[in-house]
Amino acid sequence: MTDAPLLKVRDISKFYGARIGCRNVSFDLWPGEVLAIVGESGSGKTTLLNCLATRLMPTSGTIQYRMRDGQMRDLARMGEAERRFLMRTDWGFVHQNPADGLRMTVSAGANVGERLMAVGDRHYGNIRETAGDWLRRVEIGLDRIDDQPRAFSGGMRQRLQIARNLVTAPRLVFMDEPTGGLDVSVQARLLDLVRGLVHDLGLSAIVVTHDLAVARLLSHRMMVMKDGHVIEQGLTDRVLDDPREAYTQLLVSSILQV
Amino acid sequence: MNAVPSELATYNFAYLDEQTKRMIRRTILKAIAIPGYQVPFASREMPMPYGWGTGGVQVTAAILGPEDVLKVIDQGADDTTNAVSIRAFFQKVANVAVTTKTREATIIQTRHRIPEEKLTAGQTLVYQVPIPEPLRFLEPRETETRKMHALEEYGLMHVKLYEDIARNGHIATTYSYPVKVEGRYVMSPSPTPKFDNPKMHMSEALQLFGAGREKRIYALPPFTDVVSLDFEDHPFEVQKFERPCALCGAENVYLDEVVLDDRGGRMFVCSDTDHCEDRRDHGHCGTMLAYGKAAAE
Repeated sequence: MTDAPLLKVRDISKFYGARIGCRNVSFDLWPGEVLAIVGESGSGKTTLLNCLATRLMPTSGTIQYRMRDGQMRDLARMGEAERRFLMRTDWGFVHQNPADGLRMTVSAGANVGERLMAVGDRHYGNIRETAGDWLRRVEIGLDRIDDQPRAFSGGMRQRLQIARNLVTAPRLVFMDEPTGGLDVSVQARLLDLVRGLVHDLGLSAIVVTHDLAVARLLSHRMMVMKDGHVIEQGLTDRVLDDPREAYTQLLVSSILQV
Repeated sequence: MNAVPSELATYNFAYLDEQTKRMIRRTILKAIAIPGYQVPFASREMPMPYGWGTGGVQVTAAILGPEDVLKVIDQGADDTTNAVSIRAFFQKVANVAVTTKTREATIIQTRHRIPEEKLTAGQTLVYQVPIPEPLRFLEPRETETRKMHALEEYGLMHVKLYEDIARNGHIATTYSYPVKVEGRYVMSPSPTPKFDNPKMHMSEALQLFGAGREKRIYALPPFTDVVSLDFEDHPFEVQKFERPCALCGAENVYLDEVVLDDRGGRMFVCSDTDHCEDRRDHGHCGTMLAYGKAAAE
């Protein structure tokens, strides 16, 4: 980790008319750090994530990102072409529903290779080799490289989506409920995989989840949101072991124990 | 307003009213100014169904003058239904001279082929285009494809070619093969066989593309750089035929397969009928033609 933050977020607010999406959110994200955003449904987690990933325009506030050349850039002032280029090279976005993030009608290999072709790779053999390599890393058999994602199970689709996002070696990955809708054993494998990848690649990630176990396993730091506000933030272990806010205490105590 | 004389009530010259023709001409000028860019236009209802060349007919109607000589081809042939009816249409509404000879024509409206004979300066080739958007089958959202064109995000086009190779071992797209125009816009050459793609490159003739249902016109001005997309290790190739044309013996032309009987008999003949006839008139002779002559004698 270096001492300069990768992402600087200051006073981000998003209003849907009179309704609050999220309000006055500020934080820094450092390289190699995983930040979890937790909270109940409707607390503004996904709104915040979409604002950060420039999928939504925040009503007010600034988001600055440190480009590969070390310059801090205001995302709102970037041209659309540059922003889209950033989104498909230096960033990744893992959707809750893999069908949103994948091209369901083209093969797994092409799904992984799309970003490579988008940045100008024009050698079929190399693209395929890289795609195969990534499928192996996310534990999808090489014999499935020419299958379409719709022939894949939910867990495989999610892993494919992750491979597709990581192929250009991004520095920042946004994940929106990456384990939502998966059964527990598949969730565990996926979490294991993501944790390994994040560690190996030195990724920074912002993970939105309502599952505190996911936050505990993946993240270094977490933010608890309620009604659009960040009510508590700190190191994951601190927040989960010693929650200060009444709502966080409620959240932690409502985890089911088996 | 040059109406056909001596008839009381008649069509406006070339069917469309003058305002519509001006609108289409403005669109064409814009399309020529930005090669490969799809310019929207207010496509009109034409007296034929969509898919029969309403876009091409509107472009032809807008550029046609009384002095022009029109040739219409459908799949390379001058004598198929679509070609015959469009030719008759313009004879009726514009009273222009028509021909089947490529070199005599000033305007050639085409569906699915580019004539084998090299087009020259002063000629205009008008294509009938069903789906102008090359990215359509991969990205169904029009808002998104427009943005992709605007920002030159063409990685998706190669995804299609990748899929081809992954499934078939080679680029199996044989028609409507995407091209890049002047290093900028990716364009669909309409459903012409990829055999014809190299003919678009640096063509002396003006090439106009009209899509009636999709309401788009695009163009390639003369001497435009047109490159077919490919991979470094799977370069672009045109179709090759094992045998020459059975009637005129031509090689390196695009051939149609004609089934002769129900016992597997078939022949391969030029798809460009004018080219084939011209060669036969000049004494060229293919295997089946020689056989036919011998049988007749």
